[in-house]
Amino acid sequence: MRRRLLSALLLTVAALAHAEDWTLTQLMAALAANPGGRAHFVERKDIALLDAPVEARGELFYRPPDHLERRTQTPQPETLILDGEMLTLERDGRRLQLSLAERPQIAAFTDSIRRTLAGDRHALERAYRLTLSGEAALWTLRLVPDDEALREIIQQITISGNQGEVRSIAILQADGDRSLMTITPEPAP
Amino acid sequence: MSRRPRGAVLLWLAGLAVCLYLLTQARFTADLSAFLPQTPSAEQRLLVEQLRDGPVSRLLLIGIRGGEAIERAAASRTLASRLQHAPEFVAVANGEAASAEADQQWLFEQRYLLSPAVDAERFSVAGLHRAIQASIERLSSPAGLLLKQLLPRDPTGETLALLDALAARGQPASREGVWSTRDGEQALLLATTRAAGADTDGQAAAVERVRTAFAPLAHGALQLELSGPGVFAVQARATIKSEVERLSLLASALIAALLLYAYRSPRLLLLGLLPMASGALAGIAAVAAGFGVVHGITLGFGITLIGEAVDYAIYLFVQSARSTSLAGFWPTVRLGVLTSVCGFAALLPAQFPGLAQLGAFSLVGLLTAALVTRHVLPALLPATLQVRDLSPLGRRLAAALPALRRLRPLLLLLIALAAGLLYSRQSTLWQHELAALSPVSAADQALDARLRAALGAPEVRYLVVARAASADAALHAAERLAPTLDALQAQGLIGGYDSAARYLPSLATQQARRAALPDTATLRERLQAALAGLPLRAERLDGFLADVEASRQTPPLSRADLADTSFALAVDALLQQRADGWQALLPLHAPQADGRLPDVAYLRAAIAASGVDGARFIDLKHESDALYAGYVDEAIHLTLAGCTAIAVLLLIALRSPRAWLQVWLPLAGATLLVGAGLALAGERLTLLHLIGLLLIVAVGSNYALFFARAQTPDATTLASLLLANLTTMLGFGLLGFSSVPVLHAIGVVVGPGAPLALLLAAVLSSPATEAEPA
Repeated sequence: MRRRLLSALLLTVAALAHAEDWTLTQLMAALAANPGGRAHFVERKDIALLDAPVEARGELFYRPPDHLERRTQTPQPETLILDGEMLTLERDGRRLQLSLAERPQIAAFTDSIRRTLAGDRHALERAYRLTLSGEAALWTLRLVPDDEALREIIQQITISGNQGEVRSIAILQADGDRSLMTITPEPAP
Repeated sequence: MSRRPRGAVLLWLAGLAVCLYLLTQARFTADLSAFLPQTPSAEQRLLVEQLRDGPVSRLLLIGIRGGEAIERAAASRTLASRLQHAPEFVAVANGEAASAEADQQWLFEQRYLLSPAVDAERFSVAGLHRAIQASIERLSSPAGLLLKQLLPRDPTGETLALLDALAARGQPASREGVWSTRDGEQALLLATTRAAGADTDGQAAAVERVRTAFAPLAHGALQLELSGPGVFAVQARATIKSEVERLSLLASALIAALLLYAYRSPRLLLLGLLPMASGALAGIAAVAAGFGVVHGITLGFGITLIGEAVDYAIYLFVQSARSTSLAGFWPTVRLGVLTSVCGFAALLPAQFPGLAQLGAFSLVGLLTAALVTRHVLPALLPATLQVRDLSPLGRRLAAALPALRRLRPLLLLLIALAAGLLYSRQSTLWQHELAALSPVSAADQALDARLRAALGAPEVRYLVVARAASADAALHAAERLAPTLDALQAQGLIGGYDSAARYLPSLATQQARRAALPDTATLRERLQAALAGLPLRAERLDGFLADVEASRQTPPLSRADLADTSFALAVDALLQQRADGWQALLPLHAPQADGRLPDVAYLRAAIAASGVDGARFIDLKHESDALYAGYVDEAIHLTLAGCTAIAVLLLIALRSPRAWLQVWLPLAGATLLVGAGLALAGERLTLLHLIGLLLIVAVGSNYALFFARAQTPDATTLASLLLANLTTMLGFGLLGFSSVPVLHAIGVVVGPGAPLALLLAAVLSSPATEAEPA
């Protein structure tokens, strides 16, 4: 059985929706129907301190509703696993584990991505102001943190995609540094 | 008749005066040195030191449960700030961000003196290039946010490396900004007392301080939970005190009522206590004179043993009330006393000071009590004794004897079965762990384990210890052990280790690191070259140049520089002054959650092969269990030697193998039956049970001797034996109900053992009819 990020069912739902305006409710439903899977990512960070952007590449793995892995391959192998309340970071053979309940800001940030992937509008609206633009085939969701402490780190998160599939995540930090992660679903083997 | 007793009384009074003087000179101690052998090994000494005033012994684990997380966090903050200002504590931590930030700030400021990566190579062009490139690569990580702020001043990533090493130490979980259990249901604090763990008064004051500081916070559902060695010591003392008071009061009342019934005279009751009191006094004085220090544990065991002395007075009073001469009665008691003395003398050469002192105490105490009963008490007795005539009771007992003797085959069978049972279970008979003597309840131990696990403050079991003449040399030794320990960690044989040198490097290491820092001009030049090909311009790193230059100028770190950080606590715990120098402790963490190290022998060899002078590997639990197991083995051997001595003495004194068997069999039978009973009840025998068994022999030999000498003792003697037996059974039997292991063990052995010894002596004695012509 081949695993696809986009199921046949989703295509049907999307096709039906196309005629109308692409609403937040529709987006969330499409995202929630995403069965998860693997994808490649390239993340480019523009940092004022550096003359050139830094780039990381690797693999993402998502299993709804709250398991997300980021396996960086270059420049330095590193694994970040979000599973429920636990965040695990592995690097240089060392493993650091922390509970998200202890770090509300890290939790708010990671949740912005996880809740979007899960299509959990309710959870997203608790922490962010949401603005949706575009259409089903190319939508853009902008998240602006409500929490002032978090706004001192992150100005806004912009997630864009096609139907129930997230294609890029852009983060604008408070100091003007920005990062753009481009996500390519793993081609079917 | 009157001259000699008067002389004896004077001698007695003079003796009491000497004893009282010796007592005023005696030093009493309740600390754990009672368990330190007379010629301890380095490991054993360390073990006792750690238990007595080691860092672990000073930790107080505090939990707050109930209510909402936010209430618990507020209570944690208030409690912490109150305790931080209390004189009973040197440090209180609850995981508040302020203290964590202070620690991080300090690490950042001192990074060039603290980071093991700092050497000449690190500050060469190639070294700088490598380190800065790694830092830039790290910016691409999701964890790069903190690094981005540090990079302009710390482009080589020293702060992050230091923080990583700390994080590996395992921090407790946290909720609402303070430490909590993983499930978040309980806020946690860790306090270090000023008083040493063995200073029970100081620990009691610290515990009381926490309770009073928490009392105003205990509104709503908030509850305080306390644990730690100090709390255990305080609770144990309170339990022992209350139980000793309660049980001894009850036993005294029952015994006094029994004796009053028999003596019909309060005066006699008081006189009856004289031999016991004199014996106890002489015993303590003898221990003080012989050992210099009297252990609390000796008093605890010894006072109970001296209970045998009460019996002497009973025999005297009951016999004196008759007009018959005492001539036939004293030799029997004398032999009984000698028997006991033989048993206890065997303990004198023990390595375990508690056991040796117990031997000396009991030996002198029993002799004194016997002598006072024999020579002093008669002079103080009223001219006419109005003791109740117990002979009717005695006659009824004598009448019951033949029926009892018919039980002989049954009892002999039982004894044989008991011996068989004990033999078959000999491997599991003895409790070889020191924890068996711990008065801490299982519930309290579970609470302690739970708080400890949550705080990431596991019990220190494995240690590497490095000894040196000075604090700095000890730190240096700890640093020289680091490569060996790092290698062991890389192999997965240990999970990690702590070392004071992480926070306070030795002077030589600090100087070497400082010497590796180039001056500003050189560093600027190297930096230009090192940044070639990297997306970072040297102008952005002016802060780095300034900080390196500042580190070159600052004086070396000393313990005082750590004062405002939580690292001060770690250094004080891991670097200790001793009578003959200093020692650095390097606790080893287990690689797995079960807390055990996989290959202790290999670790021991690796530490020995490290070539660091004065360094050794120690497994504290193994040491304490080995020490205690050694004591148990020693006590068993000495007791067996004592029993052999008693057997030889009796054979010489009784001059008849048949009479010898009649004395020996009841004693052996009683100890075997009690031992088998305990084994069946699932009790593992400890040192204290052994002492109880010895006491059965000491007390029971009197009973057996009366039966062996007289075949069937006359009615009055029988009655006095029963009376003495009842007092012993009451006095000790009640201890069996105590929850304090020390008291419980003696109680469950002697309580049933004394009446068993009497019963067996009666049952196994020859019927009078056999001795008399038909």
